[in-house]
Amino acid sequence: MTNSIWQFQTDQSLVENHGLKLDEFTKIVEGLGREPNLTELGIFSAMWNEHCSYKSSKFWLKKLPTTGERVVQGPGENAGVIDIDDGDVAVFKMESHNHPSFIEPYQGAATGVGGILRDVFTMGARPVANLNALRFGDPGHPKTKHLLSGVVGGIGGYGNCIGIPTVGGEVNFHSSYNGNILVNAMTVGIAKKDKIFYSAAAGIGNPVVYVGSKTGRDGIHGATMASAEFDEDSEDKKPTVQVGDPFTEKLLLEACLELMKEEAIIAIQDMGAAGLTSSSIEMASKGNVGIEIDLSKVPMRAKNMSAYELMLSESQERMLMVLDPTKEEMARKIFKKWDLEFEVIGKVTDTKKLVLTMDNKEEASIPINILVEDAPEYQREYVVNEPSPLVELDHDELDDNNILEDLLKMISHPNLCSRKWIWEQYDHMVMADTIVRPGSDAAVVRVHDTNKGIAISTDCSPTYCKHNSFEGGKHAVVETWRNIIASGALPIAITDCMNFGNPEKPEIMGQFVECIRGMGEACSKLNYPVVSGNVSFYNETNGEGIYPTPAIGGVGLIKDLSNTMTISLKKEGSYICVIGNSNNHLGNSQYLSIVKNKEIGSTPSIDLEEELKNGKFVLNCIEQNKFEAVHDIADGGLLIALAEMSIYGKKGVNLDINKSSLTEYLFGEDQSRYLVEISKDSFEELLLEAEKDKVFFEKIGFTQADQFEIKNIGKIKVEELIQAHESWFKKFTN
Amino acid sequence: MKSHVIVFPGSNCDRDIAVSIKNISGNAPEMVWHKETTINTSDLIVVPGGFSYGDYLRCGAIASTSPIMKDVVKKANDGVPVIGICNGFQILIESSLLDGALMRNESLSFICKDIFIKSKNNSSIFTKNTNIARMPIAHNEGNYFVSSDQLKKIQDNEQIAFQYCDQNGNVDNPSNPNGSLKNIAGVLNKQKNVLGMMPHPERAAEKILGCDDGKSIFESFIN
Amino acid sequence: MLAKIHITLKKDVLDPQGSVIANSLKSLGFDGVKDVRQGKYIEITLDDNDKDSAIKRLDEMCEKLLANMVIEDYSVEIN
Repeated sequence: MTNSIWQFQTDQSLVENHGLKLDEFTKIVEGLGREPNLTELGIFSAMWNEHCSYKSSKFWLKKLPTTGERVVQGPGENAGVIDIDDGDVAVFKMESHNHPSFIEPYQGAATGVGGILRDVFTMGARPVANLNALRFGDPGHPKTKHLLSGVVGGIGGYGNCIGIPTVGGEVNFHSSYNGNILVNAMTVGIAKKDKIFYSAAAGIGNPVVYVGSKTGRDGIHGATMASAEFDEDSEDKKPTVQVGDPFTEKLLLEACLELMKEEAIIAIQDMGAAGLTSSSIEMASKGNVGIEIDLSKVPMRAKNMSAYELMLSESQERMLMVLDPTKEEMARKIFKKWDLEFEVIGKVTDTKKLVLTMDNKEEASIPINILVEDAPEYQREYVVNEPSPLVELDHDELDDNNILEDLLKMISHPNLCSRKWIWEQYDHMVMADTIVRPGSDAAVVRVHDTNKGIAISTDCSPTYCKHNSFEGGKHAVVETWRNIIASGALPIAITDCMNFGNPEKPEIMGQFVECIRGMGEACSKLNYPVVSGNVSFYNETNGEGIYPTPAIGGVGLIKDLSNTMTISLKKEGSYICVIGNSNNHLGNSQYLSIVKNKEIGSTPSIDLEEELKNGKFVLNCIEQNKFEAVHDIADGGLLIALAEMSIYGKKGVNLDINKSSLTEYLFGEDQSRYLVEISKDSFEELLLEAEKDKVFFEKIGFTQADQFEIKNIGKIKVEELIQAHESWFKKFTN
Repeated sequence: MKSHVIVFPGSNCDRDIAVSIKNISGNAPEMVWHKETTINTSDLIVVPGGFSYGDYLRCGAIASTSPIMKDVVKKANDGVPVIGICNGFQILIESSLLDGALMRNESLSFICKDIFIKSKNNSSIFTKNTNIARMPIAHNEGNYFVSSDQLKKIQDNEQIAFQYCDQNGNVDNPSNPNGSLKNIAGVLNKQKNVLGMMPHPERAAEKILGCDDGKSIFESFIN
Repeated sequence: MLAKIHITLKKDVLDPQGSVIANSLKSLGFDGVKDVRQGKYIEITLDDNDKDSAIKRLDEMCEKLLANMVIEDYSVEIN
């Protein structure tokens, strides 16, 4: 005992090593009416940690809008579900795998992909698209190159092998991630609305079945393993990194989907973080029943595994199911066909307790409600950080004559250059339904055997969030919405992956609260609810938190794929027009960061009314076939957006802009704007329609063969832009 | 026409090729599980792409020991047309139906992108329709290699089916995506009824997917 | 001096390739295959004459580059 107020038999350091506080342990003892044994302590530790219990975030997450006419299932299940017409649904979620990816980037990222895939196919959906949101430290940091190569390799290694296309994502570099990279993986699947599977266990006496890979000592929490209980054979007992096995996951996917065609599964839950513990408790809690498990029946990879290890192992590619007992043999045959483990390890009971036995000895007996309903929930103290102020820039410091040079510098910068080096390592075309490949605003994937598609985009601007968490939260949501609109789709709902520092620090909690407030406001106004998500706190190194990073994954529907829109310029002699107001906002811009090496000024604010109005106008025009190309104006401003359209379409432009502050106009990051390519003939008509809808619409130039030209400034070859855009990653990773 | 697609654990382009064959021929192929031992009378056997057995040990090595492969080899020797795409090509090589080896890409990384190929031999049923075609590749081990003796042999027998080229048909170094010897993208057996190729025509068989050049390959032998 | 280096996954780390190879051997009729673990074999020719210093350098090579010490173990053998 290390502290005099500690009145328990259990060693205080053991409890602390399990991440539990004195008041939390007291709560356990009161609930059980006794002190827990080691296995039980491990179970409480797993269930009550931040990752499983959302104890710091729950109160705030409840404030997000989660309903809508197309929402079939909001947060709380393995993934969110939205209606995409004709009895079809899209099932999706994004999840973080930050810490494991920092330790072992290849396997960490690979198992992150594996985990999110299971979340989606557990619900009966066939995964059709993978995306990701990645943040690395400064490219000059000695670890960045190794982490980048490892993470990209791991994402590709897993997704390519299992045969689900990785169709999009985002990558940023910033020194705030030097000691703590972010790897957020998203999966979208398609299912039938009347064939969705949930996790609530039911039917007293029904068999609880374990399927998939065997259980080994993967990923068992390091600190707890050092405890006195585990002295013999200590080298073997070291926590091991989880290794992903995409081949087994492919078998598990096919076996599960095959079984799901039959009326056999009553409940199903994947074994993710805290494996058998969280899956069994989740199923029992949702079904308001008890579960009894005989741990000696769990298929084991290693010898002499203890109850504690079996319950806390994070071995991958495993599932827990409650089956209709009359279908047990049929189910066993399916899993045998796919060479997978299939073992009845327990049954559903009416005790509302989790009871574990091993070799006829009781190892744990815990009422489910203590684990779930009585889990701690905190309203952490927070302070709202003052948003960074507007900084008036002196126009004389900006040289309009350097615009093309600045453009080349920006378009080749790690944060704005082409991600081709990355996506060429991902199979983005397997399943033969990829309609819009990586590199456009949103990826578009066809719903197999139909003429409709889903548009998907992931986004976040951590610098915006750092300097104004409220506007930054709004922006992350709106940016995906805008990307989806620009691809010709109706935005429907989002998943969020909230990456923050230590929530016990009031200023970090303040960032979280303000991001949520901004996200909520945007979601409500745009009718774009949150249907699933994940929170990752404690992303810090040496007391320095990462920039607040609420990564958003948005999903939309294109009812008729012939309306799909891309960013590439299509022909010569078209007009280029800007939709939305420009106010020359350079604060916190890529221009300042890259060209002037400054991170100053205020985050641009978003007028959600304006956003909605402009977005509706753009989508309407796309559906009426009035645009040739559309790109939203985002990081880097108008000129970067236009350069990208030019690069992807391999066409030049000729800009004639009559503005006094040209640098501010071309690189400012005002929100709610789009660039469009239109045929000359439709200009007058579109101008009238825009006026009618009170949408700002302005012609700024036309397309031409191979020169990127700005009147009175100069010109460069499109080929030169392409070279600049595509060279950085290759050079960096060589 | 009766066609069959072999499904191994880890195959992942089996559905894609089945869709292409159905779209072009009007008849859906029969899917054959690798643990079967015989294939019914067939006009075409497809060994699809993917990661059979996770590509563990060597790509295609473990799949080539599957029970069904004995019958695939037998039918191939009897003259039934057999096409292996990507991992299917690797499996046909491991089954000794085709010459050569597929090594790791020269870049040492997985490559997924559109490339151009041209047919080197217009006399086989697989290649007679294709001149220059664009389609994707997606592989880690597509770097074709044969010994110089064998190369001479397959050249003399006109067994080179496709070569990587640029959009104008020039077979040169910049258009070689993976380091393959002589830009070889696909080879035939001596009797010309077995084709293995790394590129994926089934992913380029519909305009909406960006390109339908892959159709010409299918149309040459699907009727 | 010729050094032979074997790199294998640590004992408790899952070896998916090993399990697939084991199953395949079984299905080919090789009974009694209990477990398969696969790894890498690397030969390095050194110009060192002193065995001790060579081993020291090889350890360093393994730890810095050849093995991923998070999941792999290595052994060094010198002829």
